[in-house]
Amino acid sequence: MNIIDSMLCKGCDICISVCPKDVYAKSKEVNSKDVYVPYPANQEACVKCGLCEISCPDQALYVDREVE
Amino acid sequence: MAVKENPYKKYLREDRLPHIFCPGCGNGIVMNAFFKGLEGSDVDFDNVSMVSGIGCSSRIPGYVKCDSLHTTHGRALSFATGLKVGNPNQDVVVFTGDGDAASIGGNHLIHAARRNIDLTVICINNNIYGMTGGQISPTSPKGSFGTTAPYGSRDVPFDLASLVTAAGASYVARWTTAHPMQLAKAITKGLENKGFSFIEAVSQCPTYYGRKNKLKTPVLGMDYLKANSVTKRRSEKMSEEELIGKIIVGEFANRPHKELCDNEEDLVNENYDGGLAIKSAFWEEF
Amino acid sequence: MVEERFVLGNEACALGAIAAGCRFFAGYPITPSTEIAENMSVLLPKNGGSFVQMEDEIASAGAIIGASWSGVKSMTATSGPGISLMQENIGYGVITETPIVIINVQRGSPSTGQPTMSSQSDMMQARWGSHGDYETIALSPSSVQEFFDFTIKAFNLAEEYRVPVLVMSDEVVGHMREKLIIPDSVDIVKRVRPELEEGEQYLPYDAPENGVTPMPAFGDGFNVHVTGLTHDKRGYPDTNDAETHTDLVERLCDKILKNKDKICSYKEEFCDDAEIVVVSYGSPYRSVLTAVKEAREEGIKVGSLKIDTPWPFPDEEISKLAENATDFIMPEMNLGQMVHELERVAGKDANVHLIGKIGGVLHTPEEILEKIKEVASKKED
Ligand SMILES: Cc1ncc(C[n+]2csc(CCOP(=O)(O)OP(=O)(O)O)c2C)c(N)n1
Ligand code: SF4
Ligand code: SF4
Ligand code: SF4
Repeated sequence: MNIIDSMLCKGCDICISVCPKDVYAKSKEVNSKDVYVPYPANQEACVKCGLCEISCPDQALYVDREVE
Repeated sequence: MAVKENPYKKYLREDRLPHIFCPGCGNGIVMNAFFKGLEGSDVDFDNVSMVSGIGCSSRIPGYVKCDSLHTTHGRALSFATGLKVGNPNQDVVVFTGDGDAASIGGNHLIHAARRNIDLTVICINNNIYGMTGGQISPTSPKGSFGTTAPYGSRDVPFDLASLVTAAGASYVARWTTAHPMQLAKAITKGLENKGFSFIEAVSQCPTYYGRKNKLKTPVLGMDYLKANSVTKRRSEKMSEEELIGKIIVGEFANRPHKELCDNEEDLVNENYDGGLAIKSAFWEEF
Repeated sequence: MVEERFVLGNEACALGAIAAGCRFFAGYPITPSTEIAENMSVLLPKNGGSFVQMEDEIASAGAIIGASWSGVKSMTATSGPGISLMQENIGYGVITETPIVIINVQRGSPSTGQPTMSSQSDMMQARWGSHGDYETIALSPSSVQEFFDFTIKAFNLAEEYRVPVLVMSDEVVGHMREKLIIPDSVDIVKRVRPELEEGEQYLPYDAPENGVTPMPAFGDGFNVHVTGLTHDKRGYPDTNDAETHTDLVERLCDKILKNKDKICSYKEEFCDDAEIVVVSYGSPYRSVLTAVKEAREEGIKVGSLKIDTPWPFPDEEISKLAENATDFIMPEMNLGQMVHELERVAGKDANVHLIGKIGGVLHTPEEILEKIKEVASKKED
């Protein structure tokens, strides 16, 4: 699973926007800083391109590259 | 098993996170692109020293686990010149903003480029003064708004990549935060170029530029950058009119030539034998 | 082997810098300091050092701070307009505790003023020129030999206290030719790298008792963050906490204030029974001694206090002299700058008289003698 560190995420939605496979969606719950942290709603579609990782301004996002 | 964390986090001082940048600020993306560019290059992270001026973008080196010099507004390149010449073995990377590099530091920028000193300069151009709250900068597009241009900017902005190319830099490229992979590749080339490398990263400042210019969210800002970017090659076939408001991306210069520290060393070798004296402050005797 | 030469003051300064271990110079040409840059451009490559002609003085001050953090002793030299441009970066040197040496060969001012004429009109700027609370170390040579010696001393003080040190010379000393004795070796203060115990966290600004922390060079592996923002012991910015700021700024000042007795340097002549003391620094001293000797021959109990380090000002010594002296005379090549300090220290116990002179011509011994006599005669009334 791709992981988003809710301590670091500032809820900018860039990951949702840049992912070519629409992997992320906004969650309904807020973190301690009142931020709606995205989650990988569509994990199977991920092609591990790393675009979300490099585009996350807050180093909050981890792409799981381990073969399941 | 590797730690399940963002691959760029390991370069940062964890005890300082989260950093001060606003949600969706492009600074963090350029920082990531720098780390990716570094990983792709022959430069060793342990050998990197960073220098910056003053501004939001200039705060980046302070978060990186390396030696860093956060200097005075506009003067990063002056400090970096001394740091590099004093010990040419380091890989010196400069982070700067459009105000820092092109306004108050404009003179240092063209002279550092002219000397072709071996520095890698990453200029985050968000077209505005972020740190001081949204005043226009020398790169603010004509017609754009800032707190000091309530009726819209009337001046013609600097084209930084072209300016630095004209000043003599040996490697120059421009990309945007909407092109992080290309940006990283340009940074790799810049790091490997032995000479003055200038990478302009056009970036979003949602808080000020965005709010003043109908690009309120980070995503809108990045979409704008992506939609209005034209590659260098394509731009060459476009008319001046067609290019209004466009961001030309790609490589502007790639022409290695002798850099400042090598020139200094040659001078010593040609006139006197014996290499450069580095770290003289720690010497026992004279 | 001791070497004897007949050289220009500015050349002596460059030779002193090389002897002190300076291996980086950045500068921008300006009269009457330019010969220092020119000499450094010859001497540095010869000694494995680097010389860079920068685009302006702001850049020069920045470059020498950068070079200092690369582990190299560094210096710049300038005058009037140039020293004004350097002020912001001097403050940066203060708060980041960067050892650097700045030579100011003072000329007639304000503004472009009198490029080829002498003055001492930047003395208060040396003390208060950059914004903020800080203390300064400044040395004023009165001869070619002293320009050499004080430049070495400036490097040593810069390293010892991790501060920018100013050598406040002037056109007279810079452009004068005199005998210079170059000793075969000079005392050098070398920089001390931090030493860490196994597993110990590195706190670059955790100062020991004397207030001065060891200083690594970039590339040594300490991963130090150097910033002009108010910072904590880790070197991290902490700009809203009153205590962090107070602790930092007070420590920076105390480094100098608490070591004043070690830093202050002066020379007393004929002072034992002096009722009148002529206090001078820099070139005016050249005329003082002749005047004092002549006045002594006429039976006037006058002495000379020559201050090598106008900053920090030698309060204690002056207070001591004020126990016996009723009058102090200070010749300065300005309309009264250091005399305010003299007034502050001695003004309660004695009369303070200024011989302020501008225009670029040094005080003559006669002018000083005349003042001594005038003061002596008033005392008799
Ligand atoms: C000499 C001086 N003048 C003005 C300032 C105030 N100041 C701080 S940051 C800044 C502008 C920063 O803009 P830029 O370099 O574009 O960086 P950004 O914050 O947008 O990343 C200014 C004017 C200063 N610190 N120093
Ligand atoms: S790695 Fe690529 S495909 Fe996978 S979530 Fe990130 S952006 Fe989407
Ligand atoms: S890009 Fe990063 S900070 Fe922004 S919403 Fe996604 S995970 Fe959060
Ligand atoms: S003000 Fe603008 S440039 Fe500064 S951190 Fe916020 S978004 Fe980024």
